[in-house]
Amino acid sequence: MAEKLLEANDVSVDFRINNEYLKAISGINLTINRGKVLALVGESGSGKSTFATSIMGLHNPEYTKVSGSIKVAGKELVGLSEKEFDDYRGVSVGMIFQDPLSSLNPLMKIGDQIAEAITVHDKNNPEVKNRVRTLLNDVGIDEEKRVADQYPHQLSGGMRQRVMIAIALANEPDLIIADEPTTALDAIIQAQILELIKDIQKKKDAGVLLITHNLDVVSELADDVAVMYAGQIVEKGSVEQIFENPKHPYTRSLLKADPNNVRPGEELYSIPGTVPSLAEMDFNKDSFLQRVPWLDEKVVNADVPEQMEEVEPGHFVRGTAWKDFSFDDVNRNED
Amino acid sequence: MFKTIVRRVLIMLPQIFFVSILIFMLAQLMPGDPFYGNLNPNSDVATIERMRHAAGLDLPWYEQYVRWVVNVFHGDFGTSYTVNKGVAVSEIIGQRIWPTVSMGIIATILTYFFAMSQALISARNENKRIDKFLVVWNTLTSAVPSFVFYFVMMVLFVYVIPIFPSSGTGIDETQGFFTNFFGNLYHAFLPALTIALFSTNSVFQYLRSNLLDQQAQDYVRTARAKGVQIKDVFRKHILRNAFLPIASGIGYSITGVLGGAMFAETVFGYPGLGALFVQALSGRDYTIITALMLLQGILSLFGGLLSDIISAWVDPRIRVK
Repeated sequence: MAEKLLEANDVSVDFRINNEYLKAISGINLTINRGKVLALVGESGSGKSTFATSIMGLHNPEYTKVSGSIKVAGKELVGLSEKEFDDYRGVSVGMIFQDPLSSLNPLMKIGDQIAEAITVHDKNNPEVKNRVRTLLNDVGIDEEKRVADQYPHQLSGGMRQRVMIAIALANEPDLIIADEPTTALDAIIQAQILELIKDIQKKKDAGVLLITHNLDVVSELADDVAVMYAGQIVEKGSVEQIFENPKHPYTRSLLKADPNNVRPGEELYSIPGTVPSLAEMDFNKDSFLQRVPWLDEKVVNADVPEQMEEVEPGHFVRGTAWKDFSFDDVNRNED
Repeated sequence: MFKTIVRRVLIMLPQIFFVSILIFMLAQLMPGDPFYGNLNPNSDVATIERMRHAAGLDLPWYEQYVRWVVNVFHGDFGTSYTVNKGVAVSEIIGQRIWPTVSMGIIATILTYFFAMSQALISARNENKRIDKFLVVWNTLTSAVPSFVFYFVMMVLFVYVIPIFPSSGTGIDETQGFFTNFFGNLYHAFLPALTIALFSTNSVFQYLRSNLLDQQAQDYVRTARAKGVQIKDVFRKHILRNAFLPIASGIGYSITGVLGGAMFAETVFGYPGLGALFVQALSGRDYTIITALMLLQGILSLFGGLLSDIISAWVDPRIRVK
């Protein structure tokens, strides 16, 4: 039995807006085993980062309520105090953020920013300087002495993201959360950074939660995929299952909208409409079906069972609408 | 950095030249001259003309300007006409400058100390009672005219609770350094405190909103994700970033204390340069006015330089090689 690094059970997050709690994500169940990469995909506003932020305990407790159970390396996070969270962050879990320029303090030397990640948990570590250099080496920076003395604005985007990864790795966490780690980078650098994340994950045998809306990145890195829409997981399974045998209408729409799946000359599919806002979300229905105008109203308005259906071993789909869904209907309606 | 400073100082030379012409012409534009209103009503026109001629006031402005500049280069700003008749301007300013500088230093330190501590408390407790109180208090002090505020402080701490002296600088030439130092500190403290309380509001409001802005920045989230406690994130990361835009103003506020002290020095009977300027203005004491304005002009230029140095020191992104 593989070691479970992340176990999320029935996780919900509510935001307080004008003294009213609105549910942003609901009933999330996810597991990441040691040495595995789980990709969480979905449009902006589907709740991917909200979930990741709750694993880090970085929501403002005054405006947020996290319920359910999140266990990282066996330790329950829901209900931890701020102090306990401070001790946990950066030790059991490290996070890589989207924009490496704004995510680094512009006034602090690179070396000091990495060193802080170590000293904050181990005040008088005499090895800090060496450890910073080793970390910089680990993330593929050769001139570690020079870079440690530089400021973020003196580095290129790719170098900065390497530094961010070094910070996330500072205390050798078992779980790494990468929130859109390549979105702010150009294509060549993207490939290098993905390669680096893959190498490190293999070398450390760490678990990775990869948040992205880029399906290329998913196929490159992930072992498992969870597709999120409007605060819920609509489909999850292994990469092969999701890419080769997608079931849920949203998954199928996403894949159809991927530029890689379009033949030259063919028009690229785009999903009509947008993700519903917090106030409009209905967690008992399948919200995505609102964006499929050709589906029968009975199917769209049907209540969705709480349990996801296991269509093949390890491959789960939410609701039953997938049985009625077909892209062919679009053309039929238009004709 | 050293090269930049030298270059900046060289650029300042022509600037000082223009400032001096401007100041001289402005002084010339003032109606009347130093002898107006200071003459015996029975003196005849010839006497007045003789006096004007002796002072060189009948010459065209450019000749007066050249004479003035040549003298200034020799350290001679002329003698006072009305404020302290016959005494060299450089001597008068020399006596008055230290009280103003000492008060200015205390006022600036207090201002930034108050503003920073209040802004930190406010930002850490956004929308709580203490934050609301500090915001209201600082809005209040910015809404009250400064001299009214000065009078209130004067009445409060000199008459109602008599713990501070009502006038003087506490400097006595016959005494030693330490007596003068503490005597001046005692006399300068109330006006400096008053200036500080009053000028805290603009720095406070600016710093508070910067702190709140910076709090939402991505690098704060990174620091939190490392496990840094929120109070340390403020201390190590947010404060310095929030201070950046303000750092560029510190140079000016250090050199600007000379001009800003006019009201305070007059109200608190503290004979420094500000009070001297007011006296010189009402007495049309050209020599003192031009000398003080030239001093202020040069100080402003140095204030700009100082601000640039401070900014470069705080922000590595604007360091020039």
